[in-house]
Amino acid sequence: MAEQIPFVEYLVLGDDPHLVAHECTACGARFFDRRNACASCSGTEFKQAKVATQGVVRSFTIVAFAAPGIDVPYVSAIIDCDGTSVRANVVNTPADPENVKLGMPVRLTTFPIGTDSEGVEAVNFGFEPAA
Amino acid sequence: MSAENVYILGINMTKFGKHKELDTLDLACEATFAALEDGGVTMEDMGIIAAGNLMGGAGPIAQMIQKQAGQTGIPAYNVSNACATGATALRVACMSVKAGESDFGLAVGVEKLAGAGLLAGGSRAKDGEAWQRSGRYGAVAAVDGRIGTETMPGVFAQIGMEYGHRYGGANFELFAQISEKNHGHSTLNPLAAYTKKMTLEEIMGDLMIAYPNTRPMCSANCDGAAAAVVVSESKLKTLSLEQQRRAIKISASILTSDPFEEACQVLPDVNTLTRNAAKQAYEQAGVGPEDLDLVELHDCFATAELVHYDNLMLCEEGGAVDFFKSGAPFRDGSTPVNVSGGLQSKGHPIAATGIANIWEICHHLRGEAGPRQIEGAKVGLAHVIGLASACGVHILEKSSL
Repeated sequence: MAEQIPFVEYLVLGDDPHLVAHECTACGARFFDRRNACASCSGTEFKQAKVATQGVVRSFTIVAFAAPGIDVPYVSAIIDCDGTSVRANVVNTPADPENVKLGMPVRLTTFPIGTDSEGVEAVNFGFEPAA
Repeated sequence: MSAENVYILGINMTKFGKHKELDTLDLACEATFAALEDGGVTMEDMGIIAAGNLMGGAGPIAQMIQKQAGQTGIPAYNVSNACATGATALRVACMSVKAGESDFGLAVGVEKLAGAGLLAGGSRAKDGEAWQRSGRYGAVAAVDGRIGTETMPGVFAQIGMEYGHRYGGANFELFAQISEKNHGHSTLNPLAAYTKKMTLEEIMGDLMIAYPNTRPMCSANCDGAAAAVVVSESKLKTLSLEQQRRAIKISASILTSDPFEEACQVLPDVNTLTRNAAKQAYEQAGVGPEDLDLVELHDCFATAELVHYDNLMLCEEGGAVDFFKSGAPFRDGSTPVNVSGGLQSKGHPIAATGIANIWEICHHLRGEAGPRQIEGAKVGLAHVIGLASACGVHILEKSSL
């Protein structure tokens, strides 16, 4: 099997794929990007927190015009994962308003997005309908 | 002694649209000269210039304007605050006057944007040969489109849909009706980029950009400039009666940024900072939302207009859909919103927008808005928001001098 790497550093692959956030030890605010400090309380200590892999669609859009190399239409959504908001594409369902609904339960899924010149496969995440 | 009251003495916006024959500086100078003339003053009188231009990239726009319009050696501030750039420039000029550093200040915003395509956020790195991590997410390729969207129509679609999720009642048809209102309003505005009335069917059937925003529900990329001259109250009292009569009082000038909220770094929170700005503005001006005769708010997308009815407290919390359905924001309603046609039809030359919306309000308060005049308008509010984020709210009142 080809070597796999996560598309972003906050995605953990393996048997139990999940997202991991930098959680401020002082106030609990969660972030997915590299931090200099906490935007909520300016604290500088973080721990790694596993983000729930189930959630509900709090908002979405169906993007019809995108950058070159991005297949359209695709569904972009804000997923409420047990109190932590996550931005992701909704996948494995037709990208139309009949199949994607506000409040829809979804779960994390992963999929390869391509292999580079050295044979390494990058794996991205999305959310798929859970019901 | 309390700080000086500040007034708009002269103000102008150019025709928005395609200006093939004019460059950025031509447009900026056109608005500048017209605003000075409107105020009955010259560059010689100005004590400060603040200017913004986001996409030109040619250099410090304030000094470039000075080099065409008058190099008088005054302090020049180049400001950049996304779509709130114009409002920020105006606020810088106001602060200088309020602080007693200048009697007169000039603010200019200008943009050449006609033909620009889709505007997106910043994390669009080039896809490389071998995976290499870059950026703050350590992504091996561009994030936009692969982990949600960073395109503006998509981001603001989600902002509107989120409101729908929270309170219900907001759907594709409702958002399209908001756009129908603004396109209808634009037919009376000769300076708008587009002045064509559109039916609901035409709007909903047009090219889908990012559901539920179709093309006419997105702000129009276009060229344009706007400029304003501000003056202190004490100086204004020494000017002619005609200048005093046409001067518009800036009862509130507020700028906020977005305070931390859960999710604000995942989907921009345009709500909290707008609500904060509105609260401060109403308090500073001593007026309430019910006192407003007209509002120009930042309808960069039809989905955005809905949430700002609520954020500006034009309705009860959660009541934006009912507010719209009641007819309140139509030009013959109780709180006319975007009688200029809004950004969807008037156009959105980014750095000019935050002054152009103030021009619209001033035009009505002066009773000079012609066929689209809101009769008897005495108080108006202008709102802009720039992602990242910055929110400018100005409350303007007919002069009582």
